[in-house]
Amino acid sequence: MSHSHDPAEREAHLARHRHPPQPDDPEPRSPHEFLGVALRELLIEKGIYTAEQERARIELLQAATPANGARIVARAWVDPDYRARLLSGPNAAIEALGLDCVHPMIVVENSARQHNVIVCTLCSCYPRMLLGPQPAWYKSSNYRKRVVREPRKVLAEFGTVVPNEVEIRVHDSTAEMRYMVLPRRPEGTEGWDEARLAELVTRDSLVGVSHPRQP
Amino acid sequence: MTARFAVGDRVRIADRNPPQHNRTPAYVKGRSGVVERLCRPEGQPELMAYGGDGEPFQMVYRVRLEQRALWPGYAEGPDDVLEIEIFEHWLEPA
Repeated sequence: MSHSHDPAEREAHLARHRHPPQPDDPEPRSPHEFLGVALRELLIEKGIYTAEQERARIELLQAATPANGARIVARAWVDPDYRARLLSGPNAAIEALGLDCVHPMIVVENSARQHNVIVCTLCSCYPRMLLGPQPAWYKSSNYRKRVVREPRKVLAEFGTVVPNEVEIRVHDSTAEMRYMVLPRRPEGTEGWDEARLAELVTRDSLVGVSHPRQP
Repeated sequence: MTARFAVGDRVRIADRNPPQHNRTPAYVKGRSGVVERLCRPEGQPELMAYGGDGEPFQMVYRVRLEQRALWPGYAEGPDDVLEIEIFEHWLEPA
């Protein structure tokens, strides 16, 4: 009997090569998923980065939520000077709140005359440190193909009807920049503090497919 | 580095189909628009995708395209636009 048929030997061999995956990692099934696992293990074995660094990175990305983006928007709504800084130099303004963008940012502002919506037609670039992981629809080929050529129809499917006199600006994120929408402050929120305003800011309103919650 | 184009310049996005990876979507190839802003120099994706250093870096521009010019028969808002990041080596004067 060769050693590869000895279960204990085989287990020991596997253990030497296996790095602890995330506990919620799904088992790979497709050839591409196996390739991804193999690549990751090789990067770790070759010392490009450590398993610990990978784990820390995943945790950092998963800890980010749209609450980060909401905080930025709420500050811009109450502080006109901050709003101006956010639009002219987004990274510095965002870092001033203790957040890390990782990528260079562009913040686009909705107004009574203009509505902005974000897409990445080539893949699924997204400001993950500010909004958390991408929603499935953002990565879908349906959204990516259609929002560039029939944005109003796609927005209407999200329940967002943009009047014809309002100009739509679609932003296709094809290189290193990452985008966030600064939505319009809902009416009837005069005098609200930042924490209360932030509650109105939804993930989808930061991508531009919907408006913030109405008070 | 010296940027070849300035904000407001009319530019045409090259209609090329190199065999290797690139980040110029097919739907804007051959289309003309206006430089909206200069982002920053970036490594060429055609080289970086294969382990290269991307040199020489290229300025990345945001180009504003009119939706009516982009899509024949575009029936939504007449002033709707699309803005997209394009590398300098994909741009020519229009």
